Amino acid sequence: MFTKPIHTKLLLGFLFIAALFLPLYVPDSYMFQIVITSLLFAIATSSMNLILGYTGQASLAHGAFFGVGAYVVAIMTKAGWSFWIALPVSGLVATGIGFFIGLFAFRTRGHFFAIVTLCFGVILFQVAENWIEVTGGQNGIFGLDSATPIPFPFFGPIEFSSQPAQYYLVLAVLLLTLFVLHRVVYSIFGLTFMAIRNNEELADALGINTFATKMVSFAIANFIAAIAGGIYATILGAVSPSAISIMITFNFLIFLILGGMATLPGAVIGAFMIPIIMEFLQFMENYRMLFFGALLVVVIIWFPMGFFGGLKTINQKIIAWRQSNTSEDSNA
Amino acid sequence: MLKVESVTKKFSGLVAVKDLSFEIAKGQIVAIIGPNGAGKSTAFNLITGTLKPTWGKVTINGHDITGMQPYRIVTRGVARTFQTTSLFDQLRVIDNLMIAYKWRTKLGFWNTLLHLPSWKRYQERAFARSIEVLEFLGLTAKANNFIPTLSQEEQKRLAIGVAIVSKPQLLLLDEPTGGLIQDETDRITELIRKIRDEQGITVCIIEHKMQMIMGLADRIVVLNYGEKIAEGSPEEIKVNPDVIEAYLGGELNA
Repeated sequence: MFTKPIHTKLLLGFLFIAALFLPLYVPDSYMFQIVITSLLFAIATSSMNLILGYTGQASLAHGAFFGVGAYVVAIMTKAGWSFWIALPVSGLVATGIGFFIGLFAFRTRGHFFAIVTLCFGVILFQVAENWIEVTGGQNGIFGLDSATPIPFPFFGPIEFSSQPAQYYLVLAVLLLTLFVLHRVVYSIFGLTFMAIRNNEELADALGINTFATKMVSFAIANFIAAIAGGIYATILGAVSPSAISIMITFNFLIFLILGGMATLPGAVIGAFMIPIIMEFLQFMENYRMLFFGALLVVVIIWFPMGFFGGLKTINQKIIAWRQSNTSEDSNA
Repeated sequence: MLKVESVTKKFSGLVAVKDLSFEIAKGQIVAIIGPNGAGKSTAFNLITGTLKPTWGKVTINGHDITGMQPYRIVTRGVARTFQTTSLFDQLRVIDNLMIAYKWRTKLGFWNTLLHLPSWKRYQERAFARSIEVLEFLGLTAKANNFIPTLSQEEQKRLAIGVAIVSKPQLLLLDEPTGGLIQDETDRITELIRKIRDEQGITVCIIEHKMQMIMGLADRIVVLNYGEKIAEGSPEEIKVNPDVIEAYLGGELNA
């Protein structure tokens, strides 16, 4: 039912090998740091893609769930818990908060849903900034240890203080995320998400519990966002309210729009390419935002499906053109 | 099978459907006719849960389904189509059908993520039933097509197929031949008959095309200004003076 052509598989294999050997050819540790954070953003953007791109629900609280993950990991590891316990807990906390928010937010649709989730995102930011005893207020929490080493027979413990180790940790989580999303998206279960995006009234009339389905999509997206945030905290060694601010959501949104909504590679391409392009545009200083503003306008008007979505649309047009040709032949 | 008992719907003062009662017996094709704005579509929406009745009761096989959510009413065996052809136009033909079968399965996040044996079984069952329906519709060759590549008639056939893929007991069709020419209308009429005869699904249909309805329906319910003004066999309806007065004029005798 859902198979990929051979050239796609080859390309994916090549990218996988290139990613595996990246520490060998990355130019310097500054660039390496950007690659690592880009991968983390790719994880969070991919999960935003599930709720926004595939399910069609514009959750603007996504950055807040990323921040919740970062804070939970920071607070728990500071209190002496192992990072490997704190990380899944951060996912569960975000899912729990998301469940509560969803109960209210999914009573609304379209723009209203975006506004309601935006408000909840701002509330979470305010909590982070003002609940000083727990979150450290504007200073945040700093001096976090890197992830607890994993004991490993023969080779000794795997430490996560070096950049390559952090890189492989993040890469593994990204691949796991893409694996989960791939399984979900290419299934009848995932089709129900797209059904809601496409025509909610019809989905309802065909026996799909749209509220529950949206809640599940929201929960998966929030869990993954928090995991990305949790790793972000441990790699930076600190967390501050900027990690939970609305700017994080809008960064993810820009990555997703430019990379390509409702495509698995689009989210990764967007999250990976844009911070790197930003680095190359350093010489333009603040004018580079002007450049991105213009780029965003062009993409939204002429390529609403983003970079990868554009490629996919062209591909689908070719398929549709072939289909209409063959059907004309058979009618004749 | 389906029983509608004194159902009334008011929209802030305006009475859209007033004290409507009728029954549909198993194996019948029942038509609801009436002029524009007579409350036909509203009646459908009240049965399928899209709207909640102000008063009255809807039961299917004795089970009360009044005011239930649409997605739950489907699981009681009542499927519907919409007046404007309604499909998932961003998805393929086969996807449209498989989505409609989903509630019959227990496909969820965990069995999908882990590809458990139950996932494989349900996924295959949904696929097999979808292919079966495609054959029934005569659209097998278009399984992987995207919706916009289908003709108007093919889209209407598919919309009906999407409604029957989960094997409902009762199918409600809201103007299934709207905007189609005579030949196409005849083919859809034939399809509706086959749905009753071969799939064993009871059909209730809203339609404007008198000639088609008179040839197809076993019973006809006539609505005017939200009220039932007549009910009976096509022959009875044709000669009913109220119906001729309110709606048909001299059309039928011509």
